[in-house]
Amino acid sequence: MDSVSSTTEAARAPHTEPAPEPGSAPGGPPGRDRAAAGETAVSEEGAPARDLAAALPVPDRPVPDRLDLSAATGSETALRGFLHGLPGVDKVGAEARVARLGTRSIKTTAKSRALELAIRMIDLTTLEGADTAGKVRSLAAKARRPDPSDPSCPAVAAVCVYPDLVEVAKRELRGSGVKVASVATAFPSGRSPLEVKLAETRFAVAAGADEIDMVIDRGAFLAGRYGAVFEQIAAVKAACGGAHLKVILETGELVTYDNVRRASWLAMLAGADFIKTSTGKVSPAATLPVSLVMLEAVRDFRAAGGRMVGMKPAGGIRTAKDAIKYLVVVNETCGPDWLDPDWFRFGASSLLNDLLMQRQKQAAGYYSGPDYVTVD
Amino acid sequence: MAQRKPGHSARARQDGGTDPGSAVARSAPGTADVFEYAPAPESRAIVRISPSYDLFIGGRFVPATGGALKTVNPATEEVLAEFGVASAADVDRAVAAARAAYEQVWSRMPGSERAKYLFRIARLIQERSRELAVLESIDNGKPIRETRDVDLPLVAAHFFHYAGWADKLSHAGYGPDPRPLGVAAQVIPWNFPLLMLAWKIAPALACGNTVVLKPAETTPLTALAFAELCNQADLPPGVVNIVTGAGETGAALVAHPGADKVAFTGSTQVGRGIARAVAGSRKKVTLELGGKAANIVFDDAPLDQAVEGVIDSIFFNQGQVCCAGSRLLVQESIEAELLEALRRRMRTLRVGDPLDKNTDVGAINSAAQLAKITELVAAGEAEGAERWSAPCELPGTGYWFAPTVFTNVSATHRIAREEIFGPVLSVLTFRTPEEAVAKANNTPYGLSAGVWTEKGSRMLAVAKRLRAGVVWANTFNKFDPSSPFGGYRESGYGREGGAHGLEAYLDV
Repeated sequence: MDSVSSTTEAARAPHTEPAPEPGSAPGGPPGRDRAAAGETAVSEEGAPARDLAAALPVPDRPVPDRLDLSAATGSETALRGFLHGLPGVDKVGAEARVARLGTRSIKTTAKSRALELAIRMIDLTTLEGADTAGKVRSLAAKARRPDPSDPSCPAVAAVCVYPDLVEVAKRELRGSGVKVASVATAFPSGRSPLEVKLAETRFAVAAGADEIDMVIDRGAFLAGRYGAVFEQIAAVKAACGGAHLKVILETGELVTYDNVRRASWLAMLAGADFIKTSTGKVSPAATLPVSLVMLEAVRDFRAAGGRMVGMKPAGGIRTAKDAIKYLVVVNETCGPDWLDPDWFRFGASSLLNDLLMQRQKQAAGYYSGPDYVTVD
Repeated sequence: MAQRKPGHSARARQDGGTDPGSAVARSAPGTADVFEYAPAPESRAIVRISPSYDLFIGGRFVPATGGALKTVNPATEEVLAEFGVASAADVDRAVAAARAAYEQVWSRMPGSERAKYLFRIARLIQERSRELAVLESIDNGKPIRETRDVDLPLVAAHFFHYAGWADKLSHAGYGPDPRPLGVAAQVIPWNFPLLMLAWKIAPALACGNTVVLKPAETTPLTALAFAELCNQADLPPGVVNIVTGAGETGAALVAHPGADKVAFTGSTQVGRGIARAVAGSRKKVTLELGGKAANIVFDDAPLDQAVEGVIDSIFFNQGQVCCAGSRLLVQESIEAELLEALRRRMRTLRVGDPLDKNTDVGAINSAAQLAKITELVAAGEAEGAERWSAPCELPGTGYWFAPTVFTNVSATHRIAREEIFGPVLSVLTFRTPEEAVAKANNTPYGLSAGVWTEKGSRMLAVAKRLRAGVVWANTFNKFDPSSPFGGYRESGYGREGGAHGLEAYLDV
């Protein structure tokens, strides 16, 4: 794994922690955990989530190695009972909460820090049919050095491309610490046989992808076939090997916040390292209330004895002001543990330039304009 | 960055909790470097506070003959201004001015003309809303976020709403041509100075009454700014009169024989006195008094929003809200989970400078109120309830109280029965819906209640059985000018807001 030059050993530590091991993770593919959990979980139907969470020992470390949550994935019935036992989301309340957080006033030093952090959290993305090696090279150069006029400007977290361009991106970013993320699994619709999705995943990993952004089968999820979604995520996770798995829920197609919460837990139980809102190909893409619900899910998953899972809103975040609102929501929902590129990312392309303009303004005291940042 | 992980685990151990959200930068120094919000103070420059204020009678500012009082900024204890104390003679003059305006101008004016003035006032409030929000925050101690996003928008909305009624009274359901009462004597509290003023003045004027209003002695400044705004709107002299002062002024006002209508919002104790004073007279009375509202959380509630709702119900305006959800009734099966989430959320409350745009909880309005809160909290501890306060640094000067929650509270404790009127929550549990309803209703008050459940049928069944003027479903402390508000029993009588609110100011 490439080291991120701007993070320290301690900050990077989570990346090396245990969960990804297929088979032992809660969301690992069906194995002894699931067999052992067996039928006991069925009795928890009704309100399993909160009972389970309450019954679990209070973890005194962020990442415990005992994961009783595996009981929830013992069978299709247990999984359904667990997901439907999660507390509901009140739409009005959730939207009011983010609206209020949106009024936070982040100025001066706080703004500078937020801008810097947001730049470091960007997955600079190009996912077009028209993508070429040249386009990816140019994007990679931008990722390494977003502001050519200011060497103190940090690099972004990753570059996100289609699988066939991973090799190019990898070559261009060698030694930079910027990771290469690849979408896979028949992105963006996910409508292909599992073998094809796994083959695509393996291809991207073999080409050097550090991170895989997969899409879930929304059709199966909406039809209530949670087990099928679980199996697919677990299988892709296994195919990822050492690469990190981001699971795209495509919240614009799940529509309700209850679905978003259930899909978040499903993905985490199945082994996701990150949960991600959207492909960017469906409207609406990332929204603040959806992100709030997902952030509550990663927070609660850790508190219930699971791992620490990252979160990535993607699509539709275009301004520094928006990005700062997201950081505020992260800060006041999950706390500062998640305010790190290892645990929170922005999937975006045009956002970077706005962040750079704002950053230049913070330093210079005046706005320069779009011609003082590069167009890629 | 390097401190992040150790910082977290140290904090988690300290708090004995698991929670990642514990870390608002200011209360967790180990993580301060990640993303501490820099101070974001709203500028005071927009507000001009005079060293002293007179009474507003007959469209002019006239000196008071009953002496003077000082109003302080509760966040700093700085004296803001001196204001006149209206004597009985001053009250007499104000009532006479209101009477003259009523008889000669306002009651004769067509509703459509009165509406124009009310619309003009509403627009002026919107135009001056930033100034008024800052002034309210300075004089009351409440955070600018609330005055800016809640108080002032609602104040303007009330004037707009009742402006719309002024020429439609014959369609309000009170007969073909309902008549006004005459002069309304109105006494308002310090917790929402300008909003309570709007609740009182807007319907009174819309119906054709004139008013003499007395603001609370700790928060007279926005009412005096409103007086000036009335002149700016060219409101005929005497239609609105503002007399400042303390209890004696209020007593003189409500007892004045020239008042046709008495409207009071404030404590149950004072409300009783007013009811006694006007008993047997022809005065029409509405009282909006105290409360000890229950917020009922069932085990199928939307948990995260319920936590937000509990926060809003008791920490909004520092809990100095008559309809505050000061009793949390939580179903026993989710008590631990809910309390854990509530404490985690309480740790993120930002307590401090009311003018900082990121402040969630401001200052307690007065030293006297702080003493009352402190006394009741001490009683709660002495009676054996378990106290937990959010860790926060309180400023050295001013009146402050940290957001506090009491667990192991039993129904006999004073903190479960008496209105604390501060940021103090008492948690009780229940097992069945019947028990929840019984416990919620077990109070002499009956102003408001909240119910949290995702099950619609239960929501309706429980709401129907709660004896409270307002029941909020999966939300709390939501106000709208079109929605009536008011209490049962010791929480008062009469309704304010909407078409219902017109009745109090019409001769029907």
